[in-house]
Parts: sequence; structure tokens; C-alpha cells
Amino acid sequence: MLPPNNTIRETGTTVLVWAAAALVTMPFLWLTGDLLWHGWHHISLNFVFSDPQDAGREGGIAPLLVSTGLIVGICMIVALPIGLGTAVLLSEYTHREQENGRWIRTSLDVLAGVPSIIFGLFGNAFFCQALGLGFSLLSGGLTLACMVLPLMIRTVEESFRAIALDQRLSAMALGMSRRTMILHILLPAAIPGLLVGCILGLGRAMAETAALIFTSGYVDRMPTSLMDSGRALSIHIYDLAMNVAGGNPNAYATALVLVGLLFIINLSASWIAEQWAAFHQLPT
Amino acid sequence: MGRIPSTPHLRPPQEQGFGVQVWQPYQSTQPCCEPVAHIQAENLSIAYHGRPALQQVNLPINKGCITALIGPSGCGKTSFLMSINRLTDLIPGCQVSGQLHLETVDILSSSTNLLRLRRQVGMIFQKPTIFPFSIRKNLEIPLRELGTHDRTTFPSTIEHVLQQVGLWNEIKDRLDQPAQALSGGQQQRLCLARAMVLSPEVLLLDEPCSALDPISSGTIEDLIGSFRGQYTIVIVTHNLAQARRMADYIALFWSENGTGQLIETGTAQQIFEFPQHELTAAYISGSRG
Repeated sequence: MLPPNNTIRETGTTVLVWAAAALVTMPFLWLTGDLLWHGWHHISLNFVFSDPQDAGREGGIAPLLVSTGLIVGICMIVALPIGLGTAVLLSEYTHREQENGRWIRTSLDVLAGVPSIIFGLFGNAFFCQALGLGFSLLSGGLTLACMVLPLMIRTVEESFRAIALDQRLSAMALGMSRRTMILHILLPAAIPGLLVGCILGLGRAMAETAALIFTSGYVDRMPTSLMDSGRALSIHIYDLAMNVAGGNPNAYATALVLVGLLFIINLSASWIAEQWAAFHQLPT
Repeated sequence: MGRIPSTPHLRPPQEQGFGVQVWQPYQSTQPCCEPVAHIQAENLSIAYHGRPALQQVNLPINKGCITALIGPSGCGKTSFLMSINRLTDLIPGCQVSGQLHLETVDILSSSTNLLRLRRQVGMIFQKPTIFPFSIRKNLEIPLRELGTHDRTTFPSTIEHVLQQVGLWNEIKDRLDQPAQALSGGQQQRLCLARAMVLSPEVLLLDEPCSALDPISSGTIEDLIGSFRGQYTIVIVTHNLAQARRMADYIALFWSENGTGQLIETGTAQQIFEFPQHELTAAYISGSRG
């Protein structure tokens, strides 16, 4: 039995902790509730599978879904191998205190904090103009890859570093080459962390607006190639909300689709990570 | 393999510098190993970030025998063990100097083929370090890495090593189950089997029983004892009773001002019954360490 003063302190701490959690959860619930309230009754199969009309006030979002999928797909196809390679370099080939590794990490941390519009301007100057890719899905995807790489690399690096030294020593003690150790021992153990890195990257890429306005453009017709300009969902929401009078209902519906997609991707990735960890009996 | 003479003949200890008395082996606990150095450390020193952790160790480790490294924590026993298969290379800031030979192989030479060395010198750690895969895959990975492309030989090799560690009958029906579902003692025996698929000559055991319950610990101990004569075994242990039961030779390490030293080495009987150094006598009696 706790003395009365301790009981009051315990109760006070519990209330404060719950209040902090409620404060964090409330905006999310408010936002989701608002989106559902205003957007739900505009969503239908026709909305998902038809082209936008009247500057987006009417019609659906099919080309925008395809454009977003292609941009995010390009981004992940490019970012995943580069991110994984750099993360392996940082965790397995450089020590924490080593000079070159520290430089790379500092650069990545600075890049992770750079506003997305700067990435947009860089993408425009480098991919659109210098490489001559113009306003295209390819330019947009490559720019997003540059943007998500720092976050992805650091997350994956940490998931590699979290693997106990015992596993490395044990693999090396069995006369394994570093390549075998990385491919057969460390990579399977780092898969859940890799998935988290992908989700964070994917989330940031799907929600991005500023970097894409300058690179993939905002043409809302169905793309026929990666060199076509295309409008991502986030740009569509921005355009409907800011530039198109009467565009709010469809902006809400599009936002609801975007949040729903992110939610499904998050849940699926978490489920895969859990299944993987359970199969390999990894600590979660 | 030559046997140790059954009549004990005690040779006087010889001074080998730094006050370390090296006894010539005269009798094994169980006569089955050759008094021929398989591993020879001469003036071996280990430092971390320039700070000495172990200094001037001169220690022969005899072929086919069990040599126990004893002493309090932090006196460099594990560092010494890890220098034998050059795992010290993986520890940032670790420098090893002096001479260390595995028969004619200069272990510390930069031209030494580390992958080959580590296949000759297997190692088991304090905690069972099972890879997060099936039991079968745990054993197949080192076999594949060894360059054994004939996969038809895998099942017989796996059965052989699991028989050797006494696991075959316990797990033969669940080889494709996750290895981490095994008990701690079974996992440690699987680690031993995994090291043995490479047919090593030397086994380094770093407190292999310390994370196990007494029954599993006893099983592992019996197993290690049964390897006498087959492998050269170097075991780090804090369990003096275990060292007394298992070891043919004992080496006592001690830490002075944060730096480990080899204080005394000899046969288990010499160390436990006629310790020459006062620290050895104090340590085995339990009054120091």
C-alpha cells in the first residue's frame, strides 16, 4: 500500500501521460473524421476509375492514381538499392567514429532536413534541364528518390546496427566471407527495419507536393509513358483546394483516398514485417 | 596419437620472463593428448585503442588436449581466445602483437588466409548464437560457404555432426523448424555442430555453459570432454569445478592495473594441487578473484 502522497503523485503522472497521448491522437482523429465527413459520400468506383473533368471539380482521379503510382514506383526502384547499399556501407564497412562514415552521415542528416521545395528546384535544374528529362514522371520519381534516400538510409543503417555483434562474430568465426554474412545472415534479420525504411520513404514520397510541382508537372491526363508529365494525388489536392473554386468536395475525397492508401500500405508492411519476424523468431 | 606416460614425472618449473612460471606438462587428467604444442603464443600482447589489455603471454596449447583459461573477469582471457582465430580484427581499435602460431601457420601475419584459419579454428560463444533460420539452414550455410557444391552430401554431413553432439535423436524430425525454438542447451549443441561441419582442428569455447541451466551445462560439459583427443580445445571458464573436471591444462590469467597477464600455467593437477604462485593458490581456494 502506497502512502497517500505517493498515490496522488502516481495518479497525477498517469493523468498527465494519458493527456499527452490524447493531445497527440486528437489532431489525427479530428483530421480523419473531417476527411471522412466531407469526403466519404463523394467516393465511388466511378470516382476512382474515371478521368477528372471541369478542372477536377467533376469526374474522378484515375490518371492521378496512375501517375502517383508510377512516380512512387520509380522513386522506390531507384532509392531501395542505393539506400540499402549505402546503409550496408555505413554499418558494415565503416565504424561509427571513422571520419568518412561520419561525413556521409552528417551529409545525410543535413539532407534529411532540407525543405522539399529545395529538392524540387534541384530536380528541376538537374533532371528536367541538365539531363533533358523535362517535366516528366521520371524526373519526379528521381527527385523524390533523392529526397527519401537520407531518411531511408539512416533507418536501414540503424536496423543493421541493431543486429547483435554476436551474430556477426558467429558468422565470421565460421569462416564466412563478409559478402555471405551480409547477404545470408544480416539482410534477413534486417528485413523488418528495411520495410520500416521503405514505409517512411513511401509515406514521404506519396505525400509530397512541392518537389513534384517543379519536376513531374501537373497535367491531369492519363500518362502514356514515363516521359509524360503527370499529376500526383497530393498536387491534385493542392490545386483543387487553392486554385479551383468549387473544388473542395473532390479535394476532400482525393485526400481521403490518399490517406486510405497510406493506411493500407502501412498496415500491409507492418503485417509482412511481423510475419517475417515471427517466421525467423526475430526479436520485435 | 602418443599417450602421456602413466607414471607422473614432474619437471621443475622454468622461469620464462615476467615472473611467469611455465610447467612442462607431466600428466593429463585423462591421458589422451599429445604434449605437442598445436598453438604457440610468444610474447603475445593485446591492446584496445592503445591501452594494453593483455601483456606478454607465453603459452603453448597442446594438441588434442583441453586447456582451460581461468581467472577473474577483465583479465584478457576472451581477448586471448579471440586472437587465435583473429576475431580481434573485428573489434574496433584492437591491436595484437607478438607471435602466435597454429602449427606452422603464422596467425598474426597479414598474409594469413583468415577464412581458412577460421574454418580450422571453430568458436563457440557464451550465449548460443543461432542464426534466425531453420535448424537445417543453420548447418547448410557454413557447408555452402565451404564450397561444398554437392548438395547430396549435406544430409549425411548434417546427420553426422548432429549425432556427434547428441542432438540427432532429439531433433531429426524437425530439422526445418526454426532453430530458435530449441532450448538453450540444444541451441548451444547446435552451435557446436555448426562449427564441426567445417571439420576444424581447434575449438575455442568462450564460457559455453555460463548461460545454461545446470542440466544443459552438464550435457555440454560431457560433450566437450568426449572431444578430448579429437580436437584441440581451449575453453574460457569461471567455473573452477568445471575446469578441474574437464581440463588437461590450466592457464591462470590475472589483471594488474587493468592489464591482463598470464600468471601460471600447468596441468590441471599441478594447478589445483600444487599451485606455485600465491595468486593461483588464492584464486583456486576462493580467497581472491
